[in-house]
Amino acid sequence: MRLNDAVIGLVLVIFALAEITYSTTFPSLHGQKFGPSLFPILIGCGLALCGLILIVRGVISRRTPDNGDNEWVVLGDWAQSPTTRINMMLVPGLLIAYILLSDTIGFLPLAFLILATLLYRLGSSFLSAAIIAIVTTVLLQLLFARVLLVPLPAGITGNLFG
Amino acid sequence: MDTILQAFALVFDFKVLGVMLASALFGLFVGSIPGLTATMAAALLIPFTFFMDPVPAIAAIVTTVAMAIFAGDIPGALLRIPGTPASAAYCDEAYAMTRKGKAETALGISLVCSAIGGIFGSLILAMTAPALAEFAIKFSSFEYFWLACLGLSCAVVVSSGSTLKSFVSLLLGLFIATIGIDITAGHPRFTFGSVEMMGGISFIPAMIGMFAISEVMRFIASPENQQAAPQQATKHVFRGLGGILSKYKLNVARGGFIGAVVGILPGAGSDIAAWIAFAMSKRFSKEPEKFGTGHPEGLVDAGTANNAGLAGAWIPALVFGIPGDSITAIVIGVLYMKGMNPGPTVFMNQPELIQAVFIVFFLANLALLPLGFLAIRLSRNILRVPRHVLIPIILMFCVVGAFAINNTVFGISVMLFMGVLAYIMESNGFPVAPTILGIVLGSMLESNFMSSMIKADGEFSGFFSRPIAATLGVIVILIWVIPLVRLIINQLRKPRLA
Repeated sequence: MRLNDAVIGLVLVIFALAEITYSTTFPSLHGQKFGPSLFPILIGCGLALCGLILIVRGVISRRTPDNGDNEWVVLGDWAQSPTTRINMMLVPGLLIAYILLSDTIGFLPLAFLILATLLYRLGSSFLSAAIIAIVTTVLLQLLFARVLLVPLPAGITGNLFG
Repeated sequence: MDTILQAFALVFDFKVLGVMLASALFGLFVGSIPGLTATMAAALLIPFTFFMDPVPAIAAIVTTVAMAIFAGDIPGALLRIPGTPASAAYCDEAYAMTRKGKAETALGISLVCSAIGGIFGSLILAMTAPALAEFAIKFSSFEYFWLACLGLSCAVVVSSGSTLKSFVSLLLGLFIATIGIDITAGHPRFTFGSVEMMGGISFIPAMIGMFAISEVMRFIASPENQQAAPQQATKHVFRGLGGILSKYKLNVARGGFIGAVVGILPGAGSDIAAWIAFAMSKRFSKEPEKFGTGHPEGLVDAGTANNAGLAGAWIPALVFGIPGDSITAIVIGVLYMKGMNPGPTVFMNQPELIQAVFIVFFLANLALLPLGFLAIRLSRNILRVPRHVLIPIILMFCVVGAFAINNTVFGISVMLFMGVLAYIMESNGFPVAPTILGIVLGSMLESNFMSSMIKADGEFSGFFSRPIAATLGVIVILIWVIPLVRLIINQLRKPRLA
């Protein structure tokens, strides 16, 4: 995903202004001129300044014709084909699903689902996706839960191989 | 003498050697698969090092990375796809040799030069780090403040891409470092009431996100077709190497030196070392016209430089806690986790650990010769492993790894966020390395600034009151002023020329 410099600059300026405004609410140290707000405010000023330069640069490059940088936002090649478009959404989607559901559903079923879905979407056949997903899930569970003693969420299946 | 014996006992332990062998195979595998980088290999290792003692943990990272940087040359020479970014500089040259039927020689040069470069870098590390540590023991918060500034400035100036974008990247990293309870007043910053945010952004999940998840997304965005397995013979790798190496022995020394020095600079790692060494090689060559036609000279320089850079990066990391590249940034995170806070005091209090690190470096680079040879022989099989199968497995591995650091899903959220951020940044020409340095050095910068300010009663002149601090301060100011002055002069000259 390519964004014009001006778009990035605008996002940075808005973010920096919000960050500076919020930082001014931090309390100051007793008897000191500087407090917890100093560094965030300095960082915010830096970001705002860089953002402004990026906006100027972006607008200028957009006015110059024929350098291929005339769009505000250019989606990557992945947006052209529906397959890669869905795959790109799947990665954050599956991870968010894991973050929200792993406590109730558990590691084993979710890891299997994530692996099988991605393997299948990226070109493995249905059967090999299922087999690779099962083997990997069980190996990960054995390695992390049994050998390294990581408390992977048990969920509905309980600790089958833990 | 006693500490050296202790160090040998620490390294030559059945468990440590076993860990090193396993990491070596892992590093060779990851390095030779295009799209999987050496830094990613180190990031994937962290969940395991979490459960190890300091010496095996460090040994695992050192060995993996040394192997991966060499292994990156294999697909570079055989398929013209660098296995890691550190091999990109001379990938075309190596492939040109392959097209002339000299694949074995190209791989042999890569292997032997990698090992020599690694040992050269290890020597420089073992010789300079303890001396520097003795010097650094006198440093106070003033000097550390300037050192952190120096590290961050280098990261911006040295990194690839536009300086403005590097600076934005650095500021983002510094901002991320401010999240959590602030160190001087104990006030929560940018936590929005979340208890988990109060502890700050855990560094390790952030690294896994920036180096592994972003790589996963990049593969999914443009799945390259599986490459055909290479057909070249890879039997007589060492044939004829003696002549080439003795002809270019000066190049070996120069490559090793450039690699170590570039490695020491914060923010610049093996990949930049290889580019610089290759360019120098061409610039000072007696036969520059042969470059690009499958000429071994550049391979010698750059192949030595990228492995020498690995050890160089450990010098500021061990002595000051300032990472020389993104891999040592991970290492610093691991060392803190192990309670072995990098800095001159480690050299005084646990010299056997430091000696053990040096021994591990030598051992890993010596082991590179036989194991690298094995990897070259097996390259056809390794390169046949389908990446569309590996990528989902790596993703699931990252999820478990990010979870295992604190045993909460918060780590996974951090990993996802940083992964998406790194992906967007890299697709728009923002280098990621300054962000990493900002996250690592942010709290060091702020806490040293605050305690210096309290010591100096709020007078900024205190930062120049000690000779070393003043020198460092002037260097930092010059790093920022000189490019600005040059920019202004160029701007003033332009209209006159037109």
